[in-house]
Amino acid sequence: MEDLNFQHQVRARAGGTRQRAIVGVVASGNLEVLVERSLPDAECVVDIKTAAMGFGAVWSAVIGDFVERYSPGGLKFSINDGGARPDTVSLRLAQAVRLIAEAGQ
Amino acid sequence: MTAPLKDISPAERARSTSFYEASARTRLELLLDAGSFVEFIGPEQREASPHLKIFDLPEQFDDGIIVGHGRLDGSPVFVAAQEGRFMGGAFGEVHGAKLTGLLRAARQIGSIPVLILFDTGGVRLQEANAGELAIAEIMRALMEARSAGVKVIGLIGGRSGCYGGGGLIAGCCSALAVSEPGRIAVSGPEVIETNRGVEEFDSRDRALVWRTMGGKHRRLIGAADVFADDNVQDFREAALELLGLVGPFGLDRLRAEQRRLADRLRSFGGCGDAVDIWTAEGIAHAEAVPELPADQFIALANRIGRTSRDAR
Repeated sequence: MEDLNFQHQVRARAGGTRQRAIVGVVASGNLEVLVERSLPDAECVVDIKTAAMGFGAVWSAVIGDFVERYSPGGLKFSINDGGARPDTVSLRLAQAVRLIAEAGQ
Repeated sequence: MTAPLKDISPAERARSTSFYEASARTRLELLLDAGSFVEFIGPEQREASPHLKIFDLPEQFDDGIIVGHGRLDGSPVFVAAQEGRFMGGAFGEVHGAKLTGLLRAARQIGSIPVLILFDTGGVRLQEANAGELAIAEIMRALMEARSAGVKVIGLIGGRSGCYGGGGLIAGCCSALAVSEPGRIAVSGPEVIETNRGVEEFDSRDRALVWRTMGGKHRRLIGAADVFADDNVQDFREAALELLGLVGPFGLDRLRAEQRRLADRLRSFGGCGDAVDIWTAEGIAHAEAVPELPADQFIALANRIGRTSRDAR
């Protein structure tokens, strides 16, 4: 297992009022993303525990692209990864942002 | 163009969602009345397995089981749903403790039924002793809940089926609903083949596996009470039907169940294949049963009748 952590300064706060959301399952080639609205509006943190070692540079690129695209200010993402491909990771992160922006608690 | 999701009623969404393909969270969301689910010990509490990190394996925040309460047609229910894709839905220490706790809460309250959405290969091998203990604790908690008047309904239709200790717990439930892809057994196909040889059971023969452990056979021999088509709405309706069907539980019922099982063994113990059992039950063209669409199979199963009024 490898632990990774990324912290970004973000342009704008993420939409919605929901406090948390979860998407995905920890399985081979899949991951779960737990997103919580727990940070100051201009910050975003991504904590990753991954079963695939040595892919820090790929994660960095995927997370950087995601933060640039969605501006997820105020959100903390916690990821348990079963060795998902970068496209699956991007998809799950996008789903998590969309879920927490929906109506509900 | 297809209609956007928000224009589709929850029942329509549940009808068009495969129970087999859906995640445990989606199953619960669509099974219960819309927006009624409240989770106990949710993923944000991060009560993950204390054992998996020793094996350098990834954890899941809910340890592969979601427990909570919600409403079914307006009435309160406790629910537990296993995620069959995380470690085969297997029971570990935390996973098992969440179900034990739910059943104990149900026993204490006494009047709120429990729905268990099984999707499991059995005990998680990495936490074998803790997992085996969890199975024993769950079985005790389940029987104590039933003795206190709680109805416990099992719903089985996930990709991991319901095997090992999960099969034992399912056997303790008041009633079960199963779909065709759902399988119920204790030893799985590979386990039987490894221990007893390929002549006893060829685990690569998929038709044999489904004919022996699959939902249709389990319904026809009375191991499951209701057969559901593979969508969440059908399982919701099956759960409601079973909640209305289950009678009081006590020693009489256990004795009746024992008689039913002894009769079943006497009647079918000499059969070499599930098809022989179906033929012995009086089903014409029994060899065609695996191919029957759900509606035709349900009509056939209803003619055979069900067992749960006097046993289980």
